[in-house]
Amino acid sequence: MNFNATLIGQMIAFVVFVWFCMKYVWPPMMKALDERKKTIADGLAAAERGQREHELAEERARESLVEAKQQAQEIISRAEKRAAEIVEEAKADARTEGERMIAAARNELDQELNRVKEELRGQVVSIAVAGAEKVLEREVNEQTHNELLTKLAAQI
Amino acid sequence: MASDTLTSGEYIKHHLTNLTFGQHPDGSWGFAHTGEEAAQMGFWAIHVDSMFWSVLLGFILFYIFRKAAKNAHAGVPGGLQNFCEWIVDFINDTVRGSFSGRNPLIAPLAFTIFGWIFLMNFMDLIAVDLLPWLAQLFGQHVLGVDPHHVYFKVVPTTDPNITFGLALGVFILMLYYSIKMKGVGGFFGELAFQPFPKWMFPINLILEGVALIAKPVSLALRLFGNMYAGETIFILIALMYSAGIVMAGFGGLLQLGWAIFHILIITLQAFIFMTLTVVYLDMAHQEHH
Repeated sequence: MNFNATLIGQMIAFVVFVWFCMKYVWPPMMKALDERKKTIADGLAAAERGQREHELAEERARESLVEAKQQAQEIISRAEKRAAEIVEEAKADARTEGERMIAAARNELDQELNRVKEELRGQVVSIAVAGAEKVLEREVNEQTHNELLTKLAAQI
Repeated sequence: MASDTLTSGEYIKHHLTNLTFGQHPDGSWGFAHTGEEAAQMGFWAIHVDSMFWSVLLGFILFYIFRKAAKNAHAGVPGGLQNFCEWIVDFINDTVRGSFSGRNPLIAPLAFTIFGWIFLMNFMDLIAVDLLPWLAQLFGQHVLGVDPHHVYFKVVPTTDPNITFGLALGVFILMLYYSIKMKGVGGFFGELAFQPFPKWMFPINLILEGVALIAKPVSLALRLFGNMYAGETIFILIALMYSAGIVMAGFGGLLQLGWAIFHILIITLQAFIFMTLTVVYLDMAHQEHH
């Protein structure tokens, strides 16, 4: 344990190593650390921003969902209304058509009835004429008694 | 592994002697063969083993950190970068906590002190006989010298030259920044005109002067004392290896226990040296209350 030039050697080595560290080790390390710090800070800020945007988007999505629901409701009610209208229209159409058909049928029936009446009337006239002929034993001139016969037929 | 030809006292002494290169009293240059010869060499001799390990460990430290620094980038760090950044960040936080001014020298200085002293202390954990034994083999078979004259102390911080070298470097920085920040007058005033009134300045000077000198001395002696004591205990435990198998086994356990405890000491001592350096330099930077 003697003090000797080792002391000076160690001091020189110390100075050299400190200088080396200050010049070549510390600055790049600190630079990397600072840059990373900045990157992380930026990343965190971006994440926060993203979060906020996400929340906004969710809000917007919720709003548009509500809106869409409302619209759908509206459309449905309108459609229901329209359907009811259509049904009503159809009912009305059907009713008028039915009435029209009934009227036509009745008309036809009336015509048929009239025709049958006319025929019957004609037959009754001819039967009546034949009966009258028999009763009078004489020919009834159709032309001379036409007025009489027509009156008769109208009465039947 | 105390060899049969050595007594315990010789074994211990052998382990605590540095490999010294210097000028013999007869004028020739060469390695000292004994501790006495080394002492006779006076100041202009050098502890080759201390210097060698000290510089080698410094190179290893800065090789690793330079490699990490060169590849340092802000992206996801790899294993080495992660480790180095962890240490750099730790040092940086410590410095920021204790040093109030702004000086780009302080953090690298603190890092150099911490990393270097830690590595030098760490040599204490390598089996106490291994490297000296290898050195003896090397000396005997390659250089052809008497192995008993091959001294090899592998823990540089158990050499007071090393610890005082560091402490003196710090001391010079303290003086430099004191004068730079406060001027010669301010620095002298700090030494002479407090804590007592100005007319008592001789007493002030003595008090403050002792306080000033005590800083580097305590720095150096604390580290040296801790490491020297630790090393000595390793050597003493190693003596048990030659005292039969039972004692050797017991010694092995003790060696292990002491090594585990020593992990704490080497880290703590490196940390204390660094922290006190930062604190002293902070004091040098500050105008006195």
